[in-house]
Amino acid sequence: MALQYAFFTGCVAKGAGRELLTSTNLVCKKLGIELFEMEDAACCGAGVGGEDNVMVSDTVNARTFALAEERGMDIMNICVTCQGVHKKAQARLAKEPGYMARVNDVLKSETGREYKGQAKVRHFAKILIEDYGLDKLKALVVKPLGELKAAAFYGCYSVRPHEYSDLKNPDDPDEMERILEAIGAKTVNYPGRLKCCGFPIIMMNKQNSLTLSGSVIRSAKESGADCLVTQCPLCHLNMDAYQPEIDETLRMPVVHIQQLIGLALGYTAEQMGMNTHIISASGALASI
Amino acid sequence: MSEITFRIYRFEAGKDASPRYDEYKLALEEGDTLLKCLNTIRGAQDGTLAYRMSCGSAICGSCAMRANGHALLACKTQAAGLVKNGVIQLDPLGNFPVIRDLVVDLEPFWSSLRKVSPWLQPNLADEPARERLQTPAQFQLIDDVTTCILCASCWSDCNVLEVDKKFLGPATLAKAHRFIFDTRDAKGRERMEKITEPNGLWDCTHCGECSTRCPTETKPLARIEETREAVMMAGITNSPGARHALGFRESMRWFGALNENYLPVRSVGFFNIPGLLGIMPVGLRMMLKRKAPPMFPHWIDKVGEVKRIFKRFHELRKNVGGAGTKTDGDD
Repeated sequence: MALQYAFFTGCVAKGAGRELLTSTNLVCKKLGIELFEMEDAACCGAGVGGEDNVMVSDTVNARTFALAEERGMDIMNICVTCQGVHKKAQARLAKEPGYMARVNDVLKSETGREYKGQAKVRHFAKILIEDYGLDKLKALVVKPLGELKAAAFYGCYSVRPHEYSDLKNPDDPDEMERILEAIGAKTVNYPGRLKCCGFPIIMMNKQNSLTLSGSVIRSAKESGADCLVTQCPLCHLNMDAYQPEIDETLRMPVVHIQQLIGLALGYTAEQMGMNTHIISASGALASI
Repeated sequence: MSEITFRIYRFEAGKDASPRYDEYKLALEEGDTLLKCLNTIRGAQDGTLAYRMSCGSAICGSCAMRANGHALLACKTQAAGLVKNGVIQLDPLGNFPVIRDLVVDLEPFWSSLRKVSPWLQPNLADEPARERLQTPAQFQLIDDVTTCILCASCWSDCNVLEVDKKFLGPATLAKAHRFIFDTRDAKGRERMEKITEPNGLWDCTHCGECSTRCPTETKPLARIEETREAVMMAGITNSPGARHALGFRESMRWFGALNENYLPVRSVGFFNIPGLLGIMPVGLRMMLKRKAPPMFPHWIDKVGEVKRIFKRFHELRKNVGGAGTKTDGDD
């Protein structure tokens, strides 16, 4: 039977990062992974929505988990911020049964739903490795990305705090690199790959935010990367959409990991929405 | 056990033009802590190697340093777990000037801590006959944060401090939390107002390095999150960070989803003309690439359920809240 997931798109993939949604849908179609988009799930809060009351945010997220349980499916995220926020909410609920009961009281009385603690939340990359298998992915590659030197950028919520990370070795992970190597790309190890992109403070302290993302981009460039690869549309926004304000000469393309997988599976750059990036990736992709 | 190589940062301020790495071979014995290894190297191989240490029991916080790029306590960490390809690399804590080898100048850390008046300031007009008591539940609020040993591991690996030395920093924000949540302290509101100024509470990116490197239960990121909640509850919302949080909540409550057109404007401030002009370039770039969020907001299906959850919590808060209950932005 095909793998099936309740698909939590996150808000950015329906707004400023629509190419992420398009590329994920096409890639999963080609892989034979069935996605059931959760049109009724609410925003995870991105760690901000609950800053004045974390229990509200946990209740809204418990509703999302309950919706997946009603479908009898686990959740697939395509944003590591959504993934990290969901994982933290689940950890808080699992840790204190009394807290979970209070959250469920509100959930039941206001929505008639209940979170039972069964739905797992995982990021696309984790599902690809754990459930689908990189050997199977490799077998479907029709256009290996041989000459492309890709710099994986993990995103804070996927690596820290360690207790909430899904990575085997969060201080030195290799999951993204394994996926990139499975589709034939060369990977670049660079000092900035586990750093913060600065996005969460772009509205509070733009200078610090862009200095952080600039430092990551420069680090990848100095290590010889052709492009940065993200698994979070927020990291993508800060490093792509704001890049001209950091330093116009950087010209470092930033792409979603799904887009590169799609290219390797035979989709065109246009189908993967490569033309929507602020920093053109056409030069980097010319080599493949 | 087999012999491994310690690759250690060497530098003396005022004498050396640039740092170097010296290598020392050492046979690890089972259970050896990193600190024991350093003591052996200094005692048997190189008496000029400088590092701090004192209690050897993860209480004093002196022996914090970086191993393989991450801050930790040398006395609390077994060396065997750090070996990577036969090597352990040791560096001084990050975000500090180096005095010599693994010894850093902690003055930026202390001067930041002093900014939040890290001592109890009770209401002296209400002096009790005996000591100021707390219930176990009241102490619970500060139980974790009082385990801080001021080792500066969090400071070393903080991403924001790497780019801005004016940031208050994780240990300082945790110390502010320790007194804001202390029921015996009378200066909570002043403390909250102080740390919500620029370069404070709202400048943290949530990168999680501080909590990951913290060797105690202080876990600064968790304390920062609790303090933000307290600040919002107290109605201290006139800052871009607080407006951002309010805007996010409003967007979630109205649409069930983030409205990317509304949130930036709400965060910057509706009448902040220079701020609004500042966000225009990115908006224009995105429009030109057909990347701008759709003009019309997107509502999730069954958004009424989410609205009811928010309404319920608003009512709960009104019922349990007092003078500090925030209503700004609520229906």
